[in-house]
Amino acid sequence: MEIKIKLNGKLIKEDVDAGTLLIDWLRAHKCFSVKRGCETSNCGLCTVFVNDKPVLSCSVLVARANGCSVTTLEGLQKEAEEFGAYIANEGAEQCGFCNPGFMMNAIAMFRENPDPTDDEIRAYLAGNLCRCSGYEGQLRGIKKYLQYKKGE
Amino acid sequence: MITIKNYVSVDTVEEAYDLNKKRNNQVLGGMCWLKMMNKDVNTAIDLSKLNVKSIDEDETCFRIGAYVTLRELEMSTSFNEYTNGGMKKAVEHIVGVQFRNCATIGGSIWGRFGFSDLLTFFLSLDAKVELYPTGIVSLKEFRDMKVNNDILLSVIVDKKPLKVAYQTIRNQSTDFPVLACACSNVDGKYNTAIGARPGKAMLVEDDNNILAEVNEETIKAYSEYVMNRVDTISDSRASGEYRKRMVKVLVSRCMKEMEGI
Ligand SMILES: Cc1cc2nc3c(=O)[nH]c(=O)nc-3n(C[C@H](O)[C@H](O)[C@H](O)COP(=O)(O)OP(=O)(O)OC[C@H]3O[C@@H](n4cnc5c(N)ncnc54)[C@H](O)[C@@H]3O)c2cc1C
Ligand code: FES
Ligand code: FES
Repeated sequence: MEIKIKLNGKLIKEDVDAGTLLIDWLRAHKCFSVKRGCETSNCGLCTVFVNDKPVLSCSVLVARANGCSVTTLEGLQKEAEEFGAYIANEGAEQCGFCNPGFMMNAIAMFRENPDPTDDEIRAYLAGNLCRCSGYEGQLRGIKKYLQYKKGE
Repeated sequence: MITIKNYVSVDTVEEAYDLNKKRNNQVLGGMCWLKMMNKDVNTAIDLSKLNVKSIDEDETCFRIGAYVTLRELEMSTSFNEYTNGGMKKAVEHIVGVQFRNCATIGGSIWGRFGFSDLLTFFLSLDAKVELYPTGIVSLKEFRDMKVNNDILLSVIVDKKPLKVAYQTIRNQSTDFPVLACACSNVDGKYNTAIGARPGKAMLVEDDNNILAEVNEETIKAYSEYVMNRVDTISDSRASGEYRKRMVKVLVSRCMKEMEGI
């Protein structure tokens, strides 16, 4: 079937197999930030935006994203670099495997709620599992980043 | 693993129903559950073009289209106002925001899952489901219907004077519930839905009018009454005995929350 998707701002028209998952299509288009973790909709590692909403690309058919705009971390370089520095400065991560999905969902949160409480941050990011860090460094990084954005 | 050969975004519900009559075809919801099944699907049926993506409201009811996501329900101001914030509480522990942007009310109710927060909550609201071609049936009836080829188009909640409270016990905050409880008063009638028993949610009505007067004592009596009416069994998450005792605790907490006691 033919699909039309705006991927990171660029329109792509293509024939795809009906059963292709969005994650596989994105990786085939060199969006390697999009990673497979659990594949059971639990870990948040495969998070991308479809029409600006964060979704799990391991659970969405590319056919379902037909006609939509899809954004991956590759399309958010500036925001990712700026915010990523705060995560790194807090030593918030160890292996870093969870990072792309976490960054995507954190950016979705900043857009939806630019002034979240600690509990709102925890709730929004509950679907992003990190097996190394214990989450405290990530929380510190987010809060410092938000403080910086307020002062900007 | 699920494989899919063809994908059809149907123009009419009749077309969806005709396709769904074939055993190897499958209606898509948010696909979060489907994706974990082992099945070779011939045609995946996308209902997006039918009027199933919005929460519509008039003076008499809310009509929640089958493709409304759990996140849309969580964020719906009017539906949360109507349910005293109960809708948000019923979904906020389901995996994460990204998951709730995918999973749909239609797939959740169609699945009639034992662990379902949604089935539990909507049962207590005395909701109805709009099926094609069967028509509109109560959710209570739908829960017990045999799985057939119908297409679920919407969940309907009639506007009546309503109080409702929702609580669960979970071993870990985003895991399936060990027990789910929704207490409500719909148009003057108290009822309680208990889900994750772990079987499908059951509805217990206050047939003996224990709550004719609501106070600490009658709430205690009602909690015990519900506990004795509900069957619970053991699974890997909790024992049946623990669940049964917790029924009493959750009913009491929900009732107190609802009545401001
Ligand atoms: C990891 C994980 C954790 C979960 N945790 C919870 C939890 O804690 N609490 C909870 O309540 N739920 C939980 N769920 C269930 C989830 O919330 C959804 O109920 C479930 O994914 C089904 O919704 P869906 O939209 O993904 O449907 P799908 O997976 O697409 O479909 C499910 C079934 O319904 C059929 N179907 C879908 N829509 C229609 C329709 N309109 N008409 C006819 N048939 C239809 C499909 O053919 C399929 O058989 C969890 C699911 C997963 C995968
Ligand atoms: S790989 Fe998609 S949620 Fe884990
Ligand atoms: S840093 Fe290793 S999983 Fe998060």
